[in-house]
Amino acid sequence: MIINFIETFLRALGKPLVKFLSSLGDLTAFVVRAIYHCFVPPFYFKLFFKQVLDIGFYSLPVVGLTTLFAGMVIALQTYSGFSGFKAESVIASVVLISVTRELAPVLSALMVAGRIGAAMAAEIGTMRVTEQIDALVTLSTNPFKYLVSPRLWAGLIVLPLLVFIGDIIGIFGGYVVGVYKLGFNPANYINATFEDLQIIGIVSGLVKAAVFGFIISMMGCYHGYKSKGGAQGVGNATTNAVVSSSILILIFNYLITEMFFSR
Amino acid sequence: MDKKIKISIRDLYKSFGKKQVLNGVNLDLYQGESLVVIGGSGTGKSVLIKCIQGLLTPDGGSIKIDNQEMVGQNSEIIENMHSKMGMLFQGGALFDSLTVWENVAFDLIQNRGVNKKEAKIVAVKVLRQVGLGADIADLYPSELSGGMQKRVGLARAVITKPEIIFFDEPTTGLDPIMADVINDLIIESAKDLGATTLTITHDMTSARKIADKIAMLYQGKIIWSGTVRDLDKTDNPFVRQFIQGSSKGPISVEV
Repeated sequence: MIINFIETFLRALGKPLVKFLSSLGDLTAFVVRAIYHCFVPPFYFKLFFKQVLDIGFYSLPVVGLTTLFAGMVIALQTYSGFSGFKAESVIASVVLISVTRELAPVLSALMVAGRIGAAMAAEIGTMRVTEQIDALVTLSTNPFKYLVSPRLWAGLIVLPLLVFIGDIIGIFGGYVVGVYKLGFNPANYINATFEDLQIIGIVSGLVKAAVFGFIISMMGCYHGYKSKGGAQGVGNATTNAVVSSSILILIFNYLITEMFFSR
Repeated sequence: MDKKIKISIRDLYKSFGKKQVLNGVNLDLYQGESLVVIGGSGTGKSVLIKCIQGLLTPDGGSIKIDNQEMVGQNSEIIENMHSKMGMLFQGGALFDSLTVWENVAFDLIQNRGVNKKEAKIVAVKVLRQVGLGADIADLYPSELSGGMQKRVGLARAVITKPEIIFFDEPTTGLDPIMADVINDLIIESAKDLGATTLTITHDMTSARKIADKIAMLYQGKIIWSGTVRDLDKTDNPFVRQFIQGSSKGPISVEV
């Protein structure tokens, strides 16, 4: 009776653990293979540029709006917290630091994860369940080189560019609120922004962006590639791609911040 | 005259989790021969064809193509072998991001260094061989009917003049007339190329028409093989039940 109970209990504990470990192993094998094929020719440059367009250019409106309002709201919040003493320089530097270090990379990456990670998982997942990936193999084309590596390269290279543009738009958002709503002197505000400009803040944001871009593409490809079982399987792959990349983005955001700024 | 063995399969095993799908398959394909493997749904026909192509890794056994062992080889040897093979997938498996002619010419452009202009000319020519006009070359696969998609898939499979062609349920989902058209195309293109073909199907009309030899797969084993003429004379109860399409007999269907 009691032994039965213990056995059921252990089984309930062990089954998800084994499943978790085996999918972790699966993922690791996938990542290693994917990275290997990123450096071994043939390279499909046309597909890479198509991904650059998809991930980069078409994400501009989303990233622009996200960072614009993030910069604006930071300016407003900081004003209500620090009003009075040297408000202009404080607000300018708070906007600068929070946008370039945190808000632009993290919010942009989360938006792109929803937009692109889902689309990648759905596209590759559909190709998997309709045997298009098998067809690639039978046509002597490696699916890692044809599907995965262009997406990984594009994610890695494009996200920093997107985030850099997001930095500028976010700071501009803070400026707009500072000057037109809170009535600061435009010249002073801009001066204060440039005085506090630190290379390390911007660089750390861009490094984050590159890592996030890699994570988004990797998760989109992985979950799509492993999807099975028709429309429902593809649906699950899409959800898993977005959820896992979002969580990984937040975890790596902390780790990279720690790497750059804790000493 | 002795015929050369093109594909030789010995003691092939494959399982998924606890489910043993292939349970010691033995099969020989001679050069230029058309072999049809029949069997019910879920008996491992697709798994067999995927193991031969290296899309799945068997648990044990041997697959020799042109006397070259394929099981346990590195991916380079398997990739090289793919240039000798063509495959028509059950659902067509056309790339839906590419136009019809780009699908057909895929291997030529990506792997054989043919330039786009020439590749398109060749693709249109092969499309005509399978009875499709030049006007559909620039359409996308989603704009085609099921029968047309099968034809495009066939054109893509034969454009590189493969020595071995696989057909995965070529007539499934087609009306009887279109099925017969596809059968004719399969026979014709295999004859033109002198290719060895392996077809898996449960459509007996199709099997009788295209087969030189028929083998029946049941519970992961080849339980019977012979010519089409042997098929009607056999007293093997499994085969008899299958070709008569009866629910009564030794084959029990798991519902």
